[in-house]
Amino acid sequence: MTKRFALGIFDDEDVLMHAIENVRAAGVKIHEVFTPFPIHGIDDALGIQRSRLPIAAFFYGMCGLAFALWLQIYMLGFDWPMIIGGKPHIALPAFIPVSFELTVFFTCHGMVITFYTISKLYPRWRTPVLDVRSTDDKFVMAIELNDKTDLNNLSKLLRENGASEVNEKEMTKN
Amino acid sequence: MATLTHHESATAEYLELSPKTRKTFISIIVAGVVLLAIGIILAAMNIGGGHEEAGHAASAGAAAHHEGSPIWLKRVIVSLWHSNVFFIGVSAIGTFFVALQYVAYAGWSVVIKRINEAMSAWLLPGGIIMLVVFFLGRHDLFHWTHEGIMTKGSENYDAIIAGKSGFLNLPFYIIRTVVYLAIWWFFSERLRKISLQEDLNGGTEYFHKSINVAALFLVLYAVTSSMSAWDWVMSVDVHWFSTMFGWYVFASWWVSGIAVTTLTAIYLKQAGYLKFLNSNHLHDLGKFMFGFSIFWTYVWFSQFMLIWYANLPEEAVYYNQRLGGFNGAYTWIFFFNLAINFVFPFLLMMTRDAKRQMIMLKIVSIAILIGHWSDFYLMFMPATMKENNGFVIEIGIALIFLGSYLLLFTKRLMQASLVPVNHPFLDESVHHTT
Repeated sequence: MTKRFALGIFDDEDVLMHAIENVRAAGVKIHEVFTPFPIHGIDDALGIQRSRLPIAAFFYGMCGLAFALWLQIYMLGFDWPMIIGGKPHIALPAFIPVSFELTVFFTCHGMVITFYTISKLYPRWRTPVLDVRSTDDKFVMAIELNDKTDLNNLSKLLRENGASEVNEKEMTKN
Repeated sequence: MATLTHHESATAEYLELSPKTRKTFISIIVAGVVLLAIGIILAAMNIGGGHEEAGHAASAGAAAHHEGSPIWLKRVIVSLWHSNVFFIGVSAIGTFFVALQYVAYAGWSVVIKRINEAMSAWLLPGGIIMLVVFFLGRHDLFHWTHEGIMTKGSENYDAIIAGKSGFLNLPFYIIRTVVYLAIWWFFSERLRKISLQEDLNGGTEYFHKSINVAALFLVLYAVTSSMSAWDWVMSVDVHWFSTMFGWYVFASWWVSGIAVTTLTAIYLKQAGYLKFLNSNHLHDLGKFMFGFSIFWTYVWFSQFMLIWYANLPEEAVYYNQRLGGFNGAYTWIFFFNLAINFVFPFLLMMTRDAKRQMIMLKIVSIAILIGHWSDFYLMFMPATMKENNGFVIEIGIALIFLGSYLLLFTKRLMQASLVPVNHPFLDESVHHTT
């Protein structure tokens, strides 16, 4: 599948932020913005919804906690009971460190795996780069083009809002 | 939101305390006095039975000595010490917070800086109260101050306490207490003075000077906060010791101090001050409360689990008294502390939205302040009051302290602009986003 993009190249983050507001106000849908570094407030400006990753993280944590408690209670309480330091077989205070560690372990691994999966960053995946300068010192705003888009108008809109150049690029995605 | 270039000029803002607010503070004190009077009357009416009963637990000779004051007076002295230690700790945290932000080159906290500066208002009066209470009531507070307890041959002789005489003796103890308070007070005043000069003159010179002062204070505070916890709090349980204790007390003070900052910031914002404060700053304060509630629990548990696991009599006695000891007088407070200081903030402050809402932050801040006051209650009462603990006198005195603290705190808050207009990081703080 081939998609066409108009790329507005910006030199300055403040100009970019204003441009995002104005372009969106003009009714143009922004596909993605590529910046060399994170910009505070850009998520809100682009109207990106909050990530649901924390909710997933909570449930991974609960799984880890449940697993840790099951592991210790079953092993030390039922499968192979041992007396350690004269404490009961199921001694909850002694289980807290392991429960804590496994909760953290499940949460962070679950989060990392989920994040990479939804960002398509698994091994052998080639990430398409629309303009390599976005990894150096340029801010790139990508707008998806279709048959009805008037490229001249769009180009004018981007330039009016401070884009130093406007390019067209095709990207083949498989 | 996105307009990062948008500028609003920072102008000085002065707090004016309405007569109504002042009246509220004074009625808190009055309510405290009333509760205190009721508590004393209630305790004094029990004096016939309770007093004699308390004596027979110890041996006859020691009992005559230990019961120096009637129960009600002992309760007053202990709770004066208890609430004062809590408020002095919170005061010092104000300066600690400012110093920490300077050393970290943190910009976000500039809009709340004046609150932290004003928090140290209690150090001087609190220090005086502390010394007066120590001179008048030390026998009711500290077992090691008893006559003859370190003299061989005396009927009160206690070999273990005598072994600690190199550290726990009156002159050295008083010198230490004065030194801690003097260091905290001196650095609070110094940082405040530099900050006020910066307001007048501007320039980065004051900022760099503050960083040097703050760095020195942090080094000294690291030592004095831990040592003051041993002296003021741990030495009431003179036979017992814990290497986690300095951190434990500091964690309590620190999270309470952040709760005071948050609560004040919200009240000021709702009264129409602090126009630059927004939900991003509150979010950071919420993260601090959330994180350090967990930190407190971590320290608390580290202390508990090692003692519970090793189960050495001389260590386990501390939890023996608090869990089921004295006919279970303290058991519910033990679990109440864990619930209000850990479970409650942990669950309520977990989501991002909760940390950005004033009402949630208010509820959690108040819970944390009550929770950590009762944490100190649990540190002091079992060792000093044994089974004769109570709540009416204690809460009454806490309210008197709260009202007085608020009066001094707001007075200091009014003395300077709420916005440090010439702070070099003010702009960064105004545009803070999280």
